[in-house]
Amino acid sequence: MNTAVAHDYSGAPLGAPVYELTQVSKTYARNRVVALENVSLTLRKGSFTSVIGSSGCGKSTLLKIMAGLIPPTKGRVILQNQPVKGPRRDIGMMFQQATLFPWKTAVENIVLPIEIRDGKAAAKKAMDKAHELLEIVGLKGFENVYPNELSGGMAQRASICRMLITEPAVLLLDEPFSALDELSRDMMNMELQRICREQDATAFLVTHSIQEAVILSDDIVVMKPRPGRIAEVVSVDLPRPRTLEMMTTPKFGEIVDHIRGMLDKGEDM
Amino acid sequence: MTEYQTNAPTDAETIQDTVWEQEIAFIDSVPRWIAMTFVFVVFIGTWQLVTSFGLVSPIILPTPMETLKDMIFVGQNLATGGYMLVSLWITIQEVIYGFALAIAIGFSLGVLVGETAFGEKAVMPYLVAIDTMPKVAFAPLFVAWLGFGIESKVALAAFIATFPIVVGTAAGLHAADENARMLFKTMGASRMQTLIKMKLPTGLPQIFTGLKIGAVGVMAGAITGEFLGGGKGFGELIRVAASQLNTPRVFSLILYLSVVGLVLYLIVQWTQRRVVFWQKETVGSYDG
Repeated sequence: MNTAVAHDYSGAPLGAPVYELTQVSKTYARNRVVALENVSLTLRKGSFTSVIGSSGCGKSTLLKIMAGLIPPTKGRVILQNQPVKGPRRDIGMMFQQATLFPWKTAVENIVLPIEIRDGKAAAKKAMDKAHELLEIVGLKGFENVYPNELSGGMAQRASICRMLITEPAVLLLDEPFSALDELSRDMMNMELQRICREQDATAFLVTHSIQEAVILSDDIVVMKPRPGRIAEVVSVDLPRPRTLEMMTTPKFGEIVDHIRGMLDKGEDM
Repeated sequence: MTEYQTNAPTDAETIQDTVWEQEIAFIDSVPRWIAMTFVFVVFIGTWQLVTSFGLVSPIILPTPMETLKDMIFVGQNLATGGYMLVSLWITIQEVIYGFALAIAIGFSLGVLVGETAFGEKAVMPYLVAIDTMPKVAFAPLFVAWLGFGIESKVALAAFIATFPIVVGTAAGLHAADENARMLFKTMGASRMQTLIKMKLPTGLPQIFTGLKIGAVGVMAGAITGEFLGGGKGFGELIRVAASQLNTPRVFSLILYLSVVGLVLYLIVQWTQRRVVFWQKETVGSYDG
């Protein structure tokens, strides 16, 4: 493990609240749709939280508010004791697509957030760190390769590095591996778990897959649509580190069934 | 333990490979150079036949041989720095200045229209309106404003070539997907950073498509300008040759002119391959 990279990003002790949302609501004025209603949520240092729900349950709205991309209509959004009023460098984000830029090599893509915030000189200084991160995700030797030559899974690994380069206090993951085939997806999920544990990262994952949510998370926020709200927060007390074999255990099945039941109920409404 | 039975034959004589020939139609299997030569020979052959049997008057269509002879004559004049080279140089200058002007104006307008809501709402409708006009009809105006010299031809050439560059640039700026835009927002990028570091590079393939169409238009503009506005360029040589019913000369001048157009196009294409190195090659003249 590389200590230079894997230090404590947010500076908070494990288990301390990092991201706190209190009574957050979002109403889109244009069509008066209530996308979110009174959502309260606490992400603790080093924890992995997933949000799951049918489409229209407001999970992308929630994620955008947490990323500082859109403002809430009501409620408090506090990250590391500072209200989130726009994009911040202590928020790392990852999308369904790797979104690497084809005119930049892997390392150049990874230091892009530094280049944007601090300029080219700072980006150059961050190159060493980018190399270390690439090694952590198993892409050593691919530093100077262009994204066209990377597979889907490798591209997503590189985009993990890009997310980590600014040492964010919270990682927002918007269905990061849903574009991959199932085998790569399982593998990448295990990789994600390993990286999060090494970095003591606080992660927040939006997903459509119940299995994925259960295998990765400490807490699963189940949401219901119209208006988007939290139906239940399910705690997953499977031991860490999780393995793919756990997916066949009765306990795993119980949790999956419970969540599926919750989601089906949501559909009837 | 399960015992697996292999299906490998024990007796060597029973082996029969399932090998068969995949059929490829003859027309799809011809090598490129043979196919190109074939088309060329058929074209020249038909031309020769049509002229040697007197199906068409020599004034309308000269024989291939006459045309070739005249091409050699024109080629000698060009190579020795004769009056034709002077004319050709005038036309080349018109093309270069016209293209440079079209790139400068087209790119600026393209950014205005593609990047700002103001440009899209207030400028684009007028550009579309002008683009639908037959631009050649403006030639007399340019002559009236700028005279019979090179300037009026440059103006017409640039006028024709500007629009595809505007459209290409504006389309290119819209090419970036939602994820890339969101990523730049989360990184706290300014509007200028987003434009320069993301939208413009993403749109380069479309911008170059606009440049290629513009390169074709700029040639047409320069020659049309010379037809309609006089001067001393290559277009004037063509016009004079045609008025003297010197058809072989018209043909050979057009062929030499097409070389200029081709070179300009290839320069743009070469630049595209260097700049947009990540773009995959595609078949086709305008999006390659």
